[in-house]
Amino acid sequence: MSEGKDLITIKDLCVHYPIRSGFFNRITDYVYAVDGVNFAIKEGQSYGVIGESGSGKSTIGKTIVGLEKATKGQIIYQGYDVTKKSNRKKHHYNKDVQMIFQDSLSSLNPRKKILDIIAEPIRNFEDLSEEQVKDKVKELLAIVGLEEDAMYKFPHQFSGGQRQRIGVARAVASHPKLIIADEPVSALDLSVQAQVLNYMKKIQKEMGISYMFISHDLGVVYHMCDNLAIMHRGRFVEIGSRDDIYNHPQHIYTKRLLAAIPRVDVTKRAEHTAYRKQVEEEFTENQDKWYQKDGKVYDLRQISETHWVALPDEGGQD
Amino acid sequence: MKNDPLLTIKDVDTAFKVDGTYYNAITDVSLDLYPDEILAIVGESGCGKSTLATSVIGLHNPNATKVSGSIVYHQRQKQADGTEKIVDRELVGMSADDMDKLRGNDMGMIFQDPLAALNPLMRVGDQIKENLDFHTNMSDEEKQARVLELLDQVGIPNPPRVARQYPHELSGGMRQRIIIAIAVACKPDLIIADEPTTALDVTIQAQILDLLKDIQKEKHAGVILITHDLGVVAETADRVAVMYAGQIVEVGTALQIFTNPKHPYTRSLLRSMPQADSEDDELYVIEGMVPSLKKMPQKGCRFAPRVPWVDASEHEEDPKMHEVEAGHLVRCTCYQNFEFPDEG
Repeated sequence: MSEGKDLITIKDLCVHYPIRSGFFNRITDYVYAVDGVNFAIKEGQSYGVIGESGSGKSTIGKTIVGLEKATKGQIIYQGYDVTKKSNRKKHHYNKDVQMIFQDSLSSLNPRKKILDIIAEPIRNFEDLSEEQVKDKVKELLAIVGLEEDAMYKFPHQFSGGQRQRIGVARAVASHPKLIIADEPVSALDLSVQAQVLNYMKKIQKEMGISYMFISHDLGVVYHMCDNLAIMHRGRFVEIGSRDDIYNHPQHIYTKRLLAAIPRVDVTKRAEHTAYRKQVEEEFTENQDKWYQKDGKVYDLRQISETHWVALPDEGGQD
Repeated sequence: MKNDPLLTIKDVDTAFKVDGTYYNAITDVSLDLYPDEILAIVGESGCGKSTLATSVIGLHNPNATKVSGSIVYHQRQKQADGTEKIVDRELVGMSADDMDKLRGNDMGMIFQDPLAALNPLMRVGDQIKENLDFHTNMSDEEKQARVLELLDQVGIPNPPRVARQYPHELSGGMRQRIIIAIAVACKPDLIIADEPTTALDVTIQAQILDLLKDIQKEKHAGVILITHDLGVVAETADRVAVMYAGQIVEVGTALQIFTNPKHPYTRSLLRSMPQADSEDDELYVIEGMVPSLKKMPQKGCRFAPRVPWVDASEHEEDPKMHEVEAGHLVRCTCYQNFEFPDEG
């Protein structure tokens, strides 16, 4: 899959929010939510973005679908620059890029029936008769494992897992090429989470969709994604294949994040705790070694064919 | 000392009134909590794990809830001559006044959402002091000193400054530390933590769990940790109780539960977890859905509909807890020959 073409390329993306204060409400400073991020998602591939809350990972997703405006940088979709809204329609960008939200209840209109919710993108982008639309919704509901009569119900009549699957059905309705999934399963119970993830994988295989998977759950991202990026303070600290990140993490922040995930292996509890404390200590002590003076993450440097790490200029660690 | 339980929960049923009828949210729960241990209660949403906690600490709505059975708190009272005497206090049906004296003093509670649990209009130092005002007769200076000591203990930098701040000025992790400081202000020997880290990032979660463990060790307290995260359980708990549909289906030490799980539900849960070191392409999905409060099956094994391939004769008619090894109990007999369909 790795030899596929780049579907979307993000170049030096910045999203800065102004902070206004004082008597004239003038702009006094900026929040650098996303500050110079580069990456590419290949066709049919899953790309994971991991970070803690406030790291800017959701902002990237929102900027790609157009819910947020980029301050600087470019979004290149299949070779066309779609950073500007006016260019998007021409290249079917709005149809090809869809989003799955974290909170399934607030992202589905409570006053609409499931039929109308799922049919909305179909009616927007395709010219079909009402009968054809209905057939299509039926098909989509079957893909995500819901009964046919679900389309005459309202969102509140479903459980959290079912609603999230409705969100998945709506996202794939317009036959998109890329789906941005922002924490799609973090509100779900374990057994339901497994269901939704399985459906997402199945759809990917059948329709050849690319995912951009935004999450703080490293287990989920490991399960879903081939390549991933670790984000901290609005920038990427490490990009690599699944194996690079999980088995050969280089940046101290990546190590810290990985060490903090609770392990299910009870027999190694003491070792794991000791390792975590050691990494945590290294992280607090060597801040200035891994970050620039103003706390900013360094630019990424390539250390292997697939693996990039934010390191200072004067050469690598270890 | 180790063998005297701190809390004895026996045959507890808690029912909620919905549309005029009472429905059991938890049924037939029996558990012991010992001093100096962390007992984790795991289960998915709606399995009754929080209901169990509110039944212990008496935080349910008394007009719409019926608790039956017995919850005995073995209170250690200091006698005049300095020795300790254990007094059994029955918590079911205890008067609100008596409960108030225990709550916050002998029993502390840590809530899931620290922003909702803190008063937004009160400085955090005063919120910690409130607990001391109610339960102790310290002088103002002593209280102030104790507040700063507590803030320091829960790892807050610059306690005098933070004590004067309001909850909205603090980060999520800091707020959860304040909640812990309030809970342990009067040195309780029973701490109930209801999803204490669910709202936090993994790195903060690790810090808070470490803090909880340290405080528990220092005070030799018994902690009930309620969570849905099996990773958190594996990292912190000494013993584990797994709940499904209002019942405890398996109890044992953390080692027993994770290395030798018996009940089909426990095994299914562990199997459906995406893990950073497994290559399985497809995750295991438990068939069907968790029954809702009104549709809770009252007879037979409650997990039976979710493992339809298991023959009815494998289940018990009235499932009881069976001891499989010392301290490891499993409900129903269906675990004995249980196999996943693809293992066959």
